[in-house]
Amino acid sequence: MKEIDRFHAAVNDSRATALNIHRAGRKTIGYLCSYAPEEIIHAAGFHPMRLFSSKHEIILAENHLQSYCCSLVRGILEDSLAGRLDFLDGTVFPHTCDSMQRLSDIWRMNGKYRFFVDLVLPAKLNTKSAAIYMEKVLARFKEDLEAASGKKITDTDLSDAIVLCNRIRKHLFFVYEWNFRHPGVIRGADLYALVKGAMIMDKKEAADLLAGVVSSLEQSAPPAGKAKRLILSGSVCDTPDIFDAVEKAGGAIVGDDLCTGRRWFDGLVAEDAPPLSGIAQRYGNRMTCPAKHAGLTARADTLVSLVREHKADGVAFLLLKFCDPHAFDYPYLKQALDKQGIKSMAFEMDDQQSSHGQFSTRMETFIHML
Amino acid sequence: MSEKPVDKTKIRSAKKMRDLMTTYYLDALSAQQNNKQVAWITSGGPVEPLVAMDIIPVYPENHGAMIGSAKMGEDLCGKAEDMGYSSDLCSYARTDIACSVVKGGPIGGLPKPDMLICCNNICGTVLKWYEVQARFYNVPLFILDTPVCHTGYSPEIAEYVRTQVDEYIVFLENMTKRKLDHDKMTQVGKLSFEAQHLWQKVLNTTAHKPSPMSAFDAFFFLALIVTLRGTRTVVDFYKELIAEMEQRITEGISVVPNEKYRLLWDNLPVWYQLKWLSSKFSQHNACLVADTYTSAWCGAIKYIDENNFLDSIGQAYTRIYLNIGVDQMAQEVLDMIRFYDVNGLVMHSNRSCKPYSFGQMDIMNIVRKKTGIPVLMIEADMVDPRSFSQSQVENRIDAFMEIIKQREK
Ligand code: SF4
Ligand code: SF4
Ligand code: SF4
Repeated sequence: MKEIDRFHAAVNDSRATALNIHRAGRKTIGYLCSYAPEEIIHAAGFHPMRLFSSKHEIILAENHLQSYCCSLVRGILEDSLAGRLDFLDGTVFPHTCDSMQRLSDIWRMNGKYRFFVDLVLPAKLNTKSAAIYMEKVLARFKEDLEAASGKKITDTDLSDAIVLCNRIRKHLFFVYEWNFRHPGVIRGADLYALVKGAMIMDKKEAADLLAGVVSSLEQSAPPAGKAKRLILSGSVCDTPDIFDAVEKAGGAIVGDDLCTGRRWFDGLVAEDAPPLSGIAQRYGNRMTCPAKHAGLTARADTLVSLVREHKADGVAFLLLKFCDPHAFDYPYLKQALDKQGIKSMAFEMDDQQSSHGQFSTRMETFIHML
Repeated sequence: MSEKPVDKTKIRSAKKMRDLMTTYYLDALSAQQNNKQVAWITSGGPVEPLVAMDIIPVYPENHGAMIGSAKMGEDLCGKAEDMGYSSDLCSYARTDIACSVVKGGPIGGLPKPDMLICCNNICGTVLKWYEVQARFYNVPLFILDTPVCHTGYSPEIAEYVRTQVDEYIVFLENMTKRKLDHDKMTQVGKLSFEAQHLWQKVLNTTAHKPSPMSAFDAFFFLALIVTLRGTRTVVDFYKELIAEMEQRITEGISVVPNEKYRLLWDNLPVWYQLKWLSSKFSQHNACLVADTYTSAWCGAIKYIDENNFLDSIGQAYTRIYLNIGVDQMAQEVLDMIRFYDVNGLVMHSNRSCKPYSFGQMDIMNIVRKKTGIPVLMIEADMVDPRSFSQSQVENRIDAFMEIIKQREK
């Protein structure tokens, strides 16, 4: 599939990607969490791009964030301070965890980009007042973007953006479904490049390319191999080596609840609802991030049914070091899986390359247990 | 009254405070026998409606502080880690979660809650922590979601929080099967308001040179405003405490003999090293006269309207010290530096508390630039002693004090 190369290229050089998009007339607004309403950013005429750490050595960020802060937050700040994100026209910080909350302050105080917004979303997603508040916050965000771009965002702009983003979601959903029916049809590293690439490249280009991926996939359906079927659970995983290591150890990834995976594209925005309500409702309905509250067992229920539906043999928890929301959920998620007789293992992740050898060894052990 | 009249530097009210806290915990522990309901609540949460509804509020964070002071933190943190909780998580949460299971700690665990009240104005950690406890005890959880005010308080936030205050009352009415007595609520609100004023006054006494008490004393006397805010007890006690402080000022009694240097402390206390730290600074004739932590329980008083308590607490509870932007926090630090006229700032970089610690380095730079006073940052954790190296901290304090002495010559 030749399309995949384009996704890898976008992932490997977000700067070049942004510059190209800029040339075609869209300035880039970076965002830091999967709760950023890309639809509104796109409708305002900007290009929404998810930011990741480029994993350079932490030097400048040492003067702002202590070592016990997650590598994602430290890494992105390092990139910004080092000027590697100078292609950005602005950034938006949806409220998530404590570390991100403070990164937002530090970012704002060191103000480097023209546009800056804190999107202080509710932490609760399961009450009526929270839903009302969420919609109001989105409406205010829309106004902020209008002020930045100097043009009104119409409902048609929003609907178009929603349809476009939904297209990406539907295609990715198909790819995931196909992959779980035919594990191995696509390499893990490619699968996640599709998701991550779609967060980085131009939305329309991503949607069109994904349509191509879908039709090529439909033509290939390899027989099921003997690989052990794994679900990945956690926050951000953007270390492609991990996927290779899983496959080398005899595993196949058949699903996830990752923020760099299914959580990002899970659920569609209702196209017949008022646009902002539709966007707000999707956040309430899709896979929840542990930094949000959608009920006491919401995440465990989702994970268990994911395992069942995808006929998985086990769950690998990918826990980023110093990531509190996920670390708090791990014991109860594991317990929920244990109760159902589902095997799991936790892997603590870091940006340090040195730990990859250890990851492979432990992954092999885990897969042998299944 | 004092048992050892020779030691004039000892604060007499400490004994009464201890007795009050003992009575409070005994009451809480025997709640069930007395047919009273117990609510666990986060330290930044609105306790006044609980008091008004005769529900006993219990603070896991205060319990965490007790565990830390009793030097039982390491053991309980270890137990939480055995349960699968990462050692990088807040040690209040870790010790509390472990304590619920093993019934350990200095008082054999807290009384079982009938309900949990979580206000996320201090951090996102409490949300996760209370979810864990709601599953463990299988009791209802009320979340008061107070969006962070990075740069200000928006009308959307005001409306959202105000609605939740009503939802909170309904929740409590459902839990107790009783209606809120609004007159009582007003009375409790006034008492809470008065207590916060008095607490501010207690803290203000340390602006006097030499200071009659230190931040270490404030850490101790804090428990009352945290746990019993809204009752007459707190008001009466703080009045006595203020009187004692004023008397000390008149008599020229300082807590640090020969106070020469005055310091400001940032972040939570290092509970298991209070004695050592206090004597370490005393040796240098330095007094920690104030801190950013204990003042958080009166910092938002400007938003409270005592005659319209329920309408105003939304803002008061949302705009507390930790729930604002780092630049505003820096401003408050600068104000304190001026008000207490300090010679240096000591920052506790606290591995447990990310919202308090991230941003500290920016505050440090602002303070250095705007005031020129020396700033020391020490790495520790408020309850888990494994992240504290005494010899290293000692060297750093000595070096820091040398710089201050040079500057103040
Ligand atoms: S893990 Fe949660 S908080 Fe973190 S970026 Fe993803 S969705 Fe946002
Ligand atoms: S949710 Fe976790 S991974 Fe994401 S920014 Fe927060 S601490 Fe880092
Ligand atoms: S110490 Fe910090 S992280 Fe822990 S409960 Fe308190 S505010 Fe939250």
